[in-house]
Amino acid sequence: MYDFINGDEYAPAPESTSELNVKEQYGLFIHGEWCDAEGKKTFDTIDPSNQKVLSKVALASSNDVDKAVAAARSAYNGEWGQMSGSDRGKYLYRISRLIQERSREFAVLETMDGGKPIRESRDIDLPLVAAHFFYYAGWADKLDYAFPGKQKVSSVGVVGQVIPWNFPLMMAAWKIAPALACGNTVILKPAETTSLTALLLAEVIAEAGVPAGVVNIVTGAGDTGRAIVEHPDIDKIAFTGSTCVGKQILKAVAGTEKTYTLELGGKAAHVIMDDAAIDQAVEGIVNGIFFNQGNVCCAGSRLLVQEGVAEKVIKKLKKRMESLIVGNPLDKNTDIGAINSKEQLNTIKRMVKSATKEGAEVWQPEGNVPRKGNYFPPTLILDCAQSHTVVQQEIFGPVLTIQTFRTVNEAIEKANNTEYGLSGGVWSDKGAKVFKLTDQINAGIMWANTYNAFDPASPFGGFKESGIGCEGGLHGLYPYVKLNG
Amino acid sequence: MAFPNLRDIAPIDEVGVKERASRYQKRSLKGETKLSALRLALTMLDVTTLEGKDSVGKVKQMCRKALSPMASDPTIGPAAAVCVYPSLVKIAKNEVAGSKVKVASVATAFPSGQSRLRERLGEIKYAVSEGADEIDMVISRGKFLAGDYRGLYDEVAKCKEACGEAHLKVILETGELETLDNVRIASEISMSAGADFIKTSTGKIAPAATLPVTLVMLQAIADYHERTGIMVGMKPAGGISDAKLALQYLVMVKELLGKKWLSNKWFRFGASSLTNDLLMQLEKQRTGLYQGGDYFSKD
Amino acid sequence: MNRLEVKKTYKLYIGGKFPRSESGRVQTLTDKKGEVIANVAKASKKDLRNTVVATRKAQLGWAASSAYLKGQILYRLAEMLEGRKAQFISSLIRSGKTQKRATAEVEKSIDTLVYFAGWSDKFQAVYSSVNPVSSPHYNFSAPVATGVVGIVLDDSSTLLDLISQMAPIIVGGNTALIIVPGSLAIAAMELAEVIHTSDVPAGVINILTGELGDMVPTLAGHMDVNSISVSTDDTELKKTVRLLGAENVKRVVFVDQKKSALGPYPILDFQEIKTTWHPVG
Repeated sequence: MYDFINGDEYAPAPESTSELNVKEQYGLFIHGEWCDAEGKKTFDTIDPSNQKVLSKVALASSNDVDKAVAAARSAYNGEWGQMSGSDRGKYLYRISRLIQERSREFAVLETMDGGKPIRESRDIDLPLVAAHFFYYAGWADKLDYAFPGKQKVSSVGVVGQVIPWNFPLMMAAWKIAPALACGNTVILKPAETTSLTALLLAEVIAEAGVPAGVVNIVTGAGDTGRAIVEHPDIDKIAFTGSTCVGKQILKAVAGTEKTYTLELGGKAAHVIMDDAAIDQAVEGIVNGIFFNQGNVCCAGSRLLVQEGVAEKVIKKLKKRMESLIVGNPLDKNTDIGAINSKEQLNTIKRMVKSATKEGAEVWQPEGNVPRKGNYFPPTLILDCAQSHTVVQQEIFGPVLTIQTFRTVNEAIEKANNTEYGLSGGVWSDKGAKVFKLTDQINAGIMWANTYNAFDPASPFGGFKESGIGCEGGLHGLYPYVKLNG
Repeated sequence: MAFPNLRDIAPIDEVGVKERASRYQKRSLKGETKLSALRLALTMLDVTTLEGKDSVGKVKQMCRKALSPMASDPTIGPAAAVCVYPSLVKIAKNEVAGSKVKVASVATAFPSGQSRLRERLGEIKYAVSEGADEIDMVISRGKFLAGDYRGLYDEVAKCKEACGEAHLKVILETGELETLDNVRIASEISMSAGADFIKTSTGKIAPAATLPVTLVMLQAIADYHERTGIMVGMKPAGGISDAKLALQYLVMVKELLGKKWLSNKWFRFGASSLTNDLLMQLEKQRTGLYQGGDYFSKD
Repeated sequence: MNRLEVKKTYKLYIGGKFPRSESGRVQTLTDKKGEVIANVAKASKKDLRNTVVATRKAQLGWAASSAYLKGQILYRLAEMLEGRKAQFISSLIRSGKTQKRATAEVEKSIDTLVYFAGWSDKFQAVYSSVNPVSSPHYNFSAPVATGVVGIVLDDSSTLLDLISQMAPIIVGGNTALIIVPGSLAIAAMELAEVIHTSDVPAGVINILTGELGDMVPTLAGHMDVNSISVSTDDTELKKTVRLLGAENVKRVVFVDQKKSALGPYPILDFQEIKTTWHPVG
C-alpha cells in the first residue's frame, strides 16, 4: 500500500508529540499569574483533525477583562512605563530566543489546536514568530530615529488586542512585539478555537521575566472580545479578523478616544500574464490559495489568467493539485491540513455549493480526503464571472475561482473590482508590465512573481475594507506610538 | 521531430524553482515507502568510473558491484548500467554479459566536446561497435552559449543517427550553462533532436546535478511528453552521494512525472559513491541499526 | 451719483464647474449690522452624491500625474492666491477680521500652499523603505494615495484651516470633496475661483457650501469615499462620522486646527502603505 512505485500514498510520517505536554486545563494569564475565570467557567478546545477535546480553557468574563486591564494599567503606570527602551528590547530578545528554543513544542501545539500542517507551523509560522520578536526588540531603543521631525515619541498606553484562528501564534507575535517595543502594555485575546499557543507564549513571557501585567492573555469568545473593545480604560484596539467584526469594532469605538488598527478580509486577485514563468506561476497559485488551507486573509483567491495561456495554466494547476496531500496535520507530508472549525468548514461548503448553483464548474482532484475531521479538498471553480458570489465574497478556504482576461487593463479592472484591497499577485517576465500591474492594483501587499511571502521587516496592511494601518517593518511602529512636536 | 519553437518555451524564475525544489525536500519517507524507494534507487544507478587512471581491473571490480550490490542479498539491484570510457566498453560488456546491466559509454570528446564533429561521431560509432548499449554525449556548450541553437540541434541529431540502436543520453553540462532558462532551452533542443535521455552533468564541472536544475529538466520532459506523447528519460549525474538526496530526486520524479517514470528505463542516477550509502540506509531500515562503512564492499 | 454695486452669486464648485445647488436652496449671510452680504448655495444630498462621482472620476488621473506636476500645480495655486491677496484680505475683513489678522491669515495660506507644493516629491522618499527581508526578494514599501477624501470644516474654521487641510491631502494624490458651513462659504468659493484659474484639473478639488447636518452624514456613509478629515469640536458629529464611516472602513481623521498643520504627517494621514515583493535571482 505504501510501496513507493505503485502506492498512491506515502507511509505515515507523524511528527512526535513527546516534547509537548498539553495540560488538562488552562487559566487566564493576568498580572503575571495564572488564574481561573470568574465562576471557574471554561470551554473546550478541540483538535480539528479528529474532533477530540484537546483541553479546557478559561472563559473570561467582563470582570476578568477588568482585572486584566487593571493589571496592564498598573504595569504601564509602573515599572514598564518607566523602563528604558534598551531594557524593553532585551526582554523581547529573550522572548525571541525562548521561542526558538521551544519552537518544536510550539509548532506541534499550533498544529494540534489549529489544524495547519506541521510542515507550515514548523517551517513558516514558528521561524516568523521568533523573527518578529527579534526584529521589534531592536526597535525598542531606536524609536527616536523612526519618525523624522518628531521631538518626542511616546507609547499609546494600554492596548487591547484581538486575534484570529488562522495564524494563532504569529498573530500574537505581530500584535505583542511592536506594542511592547514601543512601551505599551497589552491584553490579548486569542481566538476561542486556538487559545493554546498564546497561553504557551504566556509561559515563555513569564519565563523571560517580563514584569507582571505587561502582557495579559484572556481567553474566550465574542463576548470577551467585546468586553475588551468596549473597555473604557483601554487606549487602543488592534484587531485582526473578519471585515464584519472590524466594522462592529469601528462602531464600538466611535465617540471614544480609542485609536485602532484593523487587519481585515481580502479577496486578492492573482494575475497570470501570458509571458509569465508558467511553472513557477502554477506553484505561486498553489502557495497563494492552498497555504494554510486557504484560511489566509491575503490568499490569492481569485485567479485571473490571460486567455492565451489559460488552458495551459489550468491543466498544469490541476496536475499539481493531484499531488497535494490532504490529511493529518501532524503528518510531515501533509500539504493541506484540517479546517479549524466545523463552522468554517460549513461556510466553505456552502460557498462552493453556491458556485454550482450559479452555473460555475467545480473541480476537485481525485484522492483521499479523510472522512473524520474537518477536511476540505483543494478546489477550483472554473468559468467564473465577476458577478458570481464566490468571486465577490471571501471564502477563506482552499477554493480558487478562475476567470480569464485579454489585456493588462482588463486584468487591473477586474482585480480592483472588489471592496477589499489587502493583497494581489502578478506573474510576468516583463519588468515594465510587472510594475504597471503592481502599481495599479489597489492593494497593500503586491507579490510579483512570488506569493504569500512574509517577513517581520516588511509592512503588511490593507486598503479599503481590508483594514486600517500596517503591521511589520518600520511602518508597523506607527500604530503603537504617540508623536509630539 | 523538428527544431522546437523557442517562443513557446516559458521563461523560468530561478527563485521560484529553488523554492519548489526545496519543498520536494520536505517530503518525509518512512517505513515501507522508504524501503521500496531505496530498493528502486539501487536499480537506477549508472555505476560510473571516468578517470584517466581507469584500468581493466578497476572496471571489472566495478561491474561486479553493479551486478550484485550486496552479495548477501541477491534481491537487491542490479544497477541499471555501468558507465565507462569507450576503450573499456568491451571489458565491461564481457563482465555484465547475460545480465540486465547495460554498458554505457561517454563519447564525443568527453567532457569538453571540443573536437571536430567527425571525430566525435567516430567515437560514438567506435563505442557502439565495442558493444555499448548507451552513449552519453556532451553538447557543445560553446555553440549553445553563442546562440547557435540550430547548430546544436543538428549535432545532436547526427549523434543520434550515429548511435544506431544504442540509446542516446545528452549531457547538457548545466554547470556551464549559467541560467535555468538555458537549461530549459538546451533540454528542449536535445529532446527534439532525438535524445532518449537528458542528463545534467559530466561530473567534471561544479556544480553538477542539483535539485533545481533537475526540476527544470523534468518539467521540460513532462511538457515534451504532453506535447508529443514521447517519453524521455532523465539522468542527474554528479553530486548525488547520499541516499537521502537520492530519494528526494525520486520524490520529484514521482510527483512531477508520475509512476510511469519510476523505472531505470526512464530515470538514472549517475554516481560513483551513492551505492553504498543506499545500501547502508537499506540495512538501517531493515535492522534498525545505523551502519558503518566497513561493512560494505568498496568496489 | 453712487454706482449701483453688482452683487455676486456664490454657487458650488463641482468637477471644475460652478453649478447652483440642484435643490435651488440658498443661505443668506448677513453682517454684524444685519445687512445682507450674499446668498450662498445650500448643497443638497444629491449635490453631494454628484460631487463624489466627480471627485472619484478625477482621482486616478491625479494620482498618476507626476509628483513634480502636482508640486507645480500647488505652487501655481499659491501664485494665483498671491495675485488676489487684496481681495481675500478685504473679504476676511468684511467677515469681521481685523486688517492685521486678515493679512496674516492670507499670507500664511499662501505660504502653506508653497510649503506643501515642496513636499510633493519628497514625502515618498522620507516614508518609503527598502525592507531587508530574509528571503531572496527585493521588497519595498511606499505611500500611495488613499483615494477620495472628504474634508469637513465647521464654523470655527478659517480660510487658512481649509488650505492647511486641503493642501496635504491633494499633494499626496488624493482628490478632495470639501464641505464648508455658510460662515466660510464666501472665502471658500472665492478660493474655488482661484483654484479654477490655476492648473488644478477638474474634479481634484470640489467645494460644497451649506448645512453640515445635511451633508456630513451622507458623506460619512458614502461607500465611495475612502477617508474623511474632520475639524470640529462637536463630539456628536464626530461620533456620527465614525459610526457611518464604519460601513466601508473609512479612514477618519480628526484634525486639531489649533495645532500646527505643517510637516509631512498631515500628508501621511491620507496615504496607504503599499509593499511590493519581487524575487532576486
